[in-house]
Amino acid sequence: MKRKLSAWSKTAIIIRREYLIRVRKKSFIVMTILGPLLIAALYSIPVLIATMSEGKRDIEIFDETGLYVDSFKSGSEFVYYPVSGNADTVKQQFLRSGRYALVYIPATQFNVPVTAIIYSQSQPSMNIKSEVKRVMGRVAEGMKLKAKGYDPEVINSIKTRIVINTVKVNEDGSEKKGNSEVATGLGLVAGLIIYFMLFMFGGQVMRSVIEEKTNRIVEVIVSSVRPVQLMFGKIIGVGLVSLTQVSLWVLLTLTLVTGVGLVMGEKVQKPSIEKSALANVGGGINNPAMDAAMANVSDEDTDAGKFELVMDGLKSIDYVTMLTAFIFFFIGGYILYSSLFAAVGGVVDSEQDTQQFILPVTLPLIIAFMSVGYIINYPDGGLSIWLSMIPLTSPVVMMMRLPFGVPMWQMIVSLVLLYGFTFFTTWLGAIIYRTGILIYGKKPSWKELWRWVRYKS
Amino acid sequence: MYFLEAKNIIKRYTGHTALNDVSIGVPQGTIFGLLGPNGAGKTTLIRILNQITGPDEGVVLFNGAPLHPHDVAEFGYLPEERGLYKKMKVGEQALYLAMLKGMPQKDAMAELKRWFIKFGIESWWNKKVEELSKGMQQKVQFIVTVVHNPSLLIFDEPFSGFDPINANLMKDEILELKRNGATIILSTHNMNSVEELCDNIALINRSQKILSGNVSDIRKSYSKQLFEIITNSGGLNDADLPEGFISENLVKEGIYDRITLSVRNDLEAPAVLRKLVLATDIFAFKEILPTMDEIFVDAVRNSNTQQ
Repeated sequence: MKRKLSAWSKTAIIIRREYLIRVRKKSFIVMTILGPLLIAALYSIPVLIATMSEGKRDIEIFDETGLYVDSFKSGSEFVYYPVSGNADTVKQQFLRSGRYALVYIPATQFNVPVTAIIYSQSQPSMNIKSEVKRVMGRVAEGMKLKAKGYDPEVINSIKTRIVINTVKVNEDGSEKKGNSEVATGLGLVAGLIIYFMLFMFGGQVMRSVIEEKTNRIVEVIVSSVRPVQLMFGKIIGVGLVSLTQVSLWVLLTLTLVTGVGLVMGEKVQKPSIEKSALANVGGGINNPAMDAAMANVSDEDTDAGKFELVMDGLKSIDYVTMLTAFIFFFIGGYILYSSLFAAVGGVVDSEQDTQQFILPVTLPLIIAFMSVGYIINYPDGGLSIWLSMIPLTSPVVMMMRLPFGVPMWQMIVSLVLLYGFTFFTTWLGAIIYRTGILIYGKKPSWKELWRWVRYKS
Repeated sequence: MYFLEAKNIIKRYTGHTALNDVSIGVPQGTIFGLLGPNGAGKTTLIRILNQITGPDEGVVLFNGAPLHPHDVAEFGYLPEERGLYKKMKVGEQALYLAMLKGMPQKDAMAELKRWFIKFGIESWWNKKVEELSKGMQQKVQFIVTVVHNPSLLIFDEPFSGFDPINANLMKDEILELKRNGATIILSTHNMNSVEELCDNIALINRSQKILSGNVSDIRKSYSKQLFEIITNSGGLNDADLPEGFISENLVKEGIYDRITLSVRNDLEAPAVLRKLVLATDIFAFKEILPTMDEIFVDAVRNSNTQQ
């Protein structure tokens, strides 16, 4: 008696092959590394731009009016050098000095001169223009106010910044600081990741089925295992690849973001420390008037404020629920779509033939994708709720709604519908797949597909 | 008892019947030829025997018992539409396919090594399939068909894609498998190989079996009573021929004549020879049996006109 492997261990052999050939591919490794780098780049580029510049720039200030020159204070971005003399010689000297720009404020007969010319050997950057505008604007405003008899100090003190904190009230009455921008961002990212992964890995299942069919190896394999075993082995194998990829992405992204956060955090947190020191002097951190006043302390401070708000928002998200929901919705959606993709792969002979069948399969996903704007604006709107219940769109849409808070019953109904429908599509997919893989050379019509399903059931 | 027996198989597809009440029996240790024009239903029958698809009616008995899923380990199948994963390494792929047939990894490894050495292709183990020529791929394909030492082998057009040298190699391998006790089903259009290899055949046309039996019996039953003799040049005139003998053809070969005779009455070869000896000097004598090629064309044409 020969030793034989059971049907289950044969499926395991298929899963192992499908998994290993993909994980070993260079493209998998590249994607794994590139993915988090892209995300980290997206995350950190604005911060980098905000905090870093191309080093200090030397700016000459030639103020014929003498009203502005003292208000240009050298800082982290610009170093100012007041110059004086005849306009022509100043320009000549500037050209020889090799400094970045020359700001020329010509004398006029107006009380408040409002014109400046920036000379530069290259096109001057936007931030020097806005910096000059800002400094001169402030001085000019002050002078105008003074002329009308107002004390600029008083005007400054009544400038008010409104701070809005969003608070999520749960059914049990507990409150949570929320941030709708963060919720929007997180929902978008989660929904889009599911959207792209369903396409990417569903497509991989389909291409793999087509490959086996065009290779003609499928007939050899189905003489050893049942077609359904091959199909599920493939779906599970590719699914494990996708979970591996996501886990690696999450891990690498967290590492990167934490790393970036540590570096960035040092730069942006300093002002907020000064702020809390100030607040303590003022007699309590939670003094709203104090908060408002502090918000206006300096312009650099707004960066820190935003950073804190984002951090608050990020902290307010229930990550355990998010992650659990992501895994359940992704697995359900993946099995649903990949079984349909497998069926499409089974009925065609080459990838070029897939168009006719692929569109109806992917249409619901595309609809979900196109509804993003509505869902983000009205996470509790009728369309959002419906789309997050319908199994073909729920994996993408529910993830977008989730950070805004979704009642538990809706989650459960949506999941039950999703998994129930997944059973149906795998059954349907398996019938079409196992009939299709043995037919070469002719593409069946929709009518024919319907006959297969009726005949087999 | 047959080693493999298909009884009254009916298989319908939407729109047409692929097999209509077809029965075949394959005795153990023989080579069975499954013949028929394209589209006759051979591939459908082969798929049913391999449990790739099931019959609508009828039953397949293997070793006397209805086919069971675990029997696939006893079957080796080389399909007509065959191929391998192009990007996968030869050895890894062979191991994968052997394990899918139910072999534990260690056994599969040992057997594969043995076969690779036998075919002199050990150096291919780490090559990708796409680096191999068509003929080389066929060799690998043959190995993965037989590596699990199946007791029943089904070869669908095994010689297509081989050059004559490799086709002969395949023939020798098939005969060796038979000597080692395997039972073999051979589906082919190559009638020469049927005459050379097959013990029994079944001819399927338009979903029905129209002819079956032992190859030499069939050829005898299709005998057109043609005989060839070699005699002295001019040694046999039409007038000298016995009653009912007609000279169909005469070729002069130096001092000999090669004559083809047709015989009207149902005489067996020895009786024909005895009569001819009385008429002239015979240097050589043989019965010309129809080739399988002719029988194939005849039988298919007859069954088509009958329908």
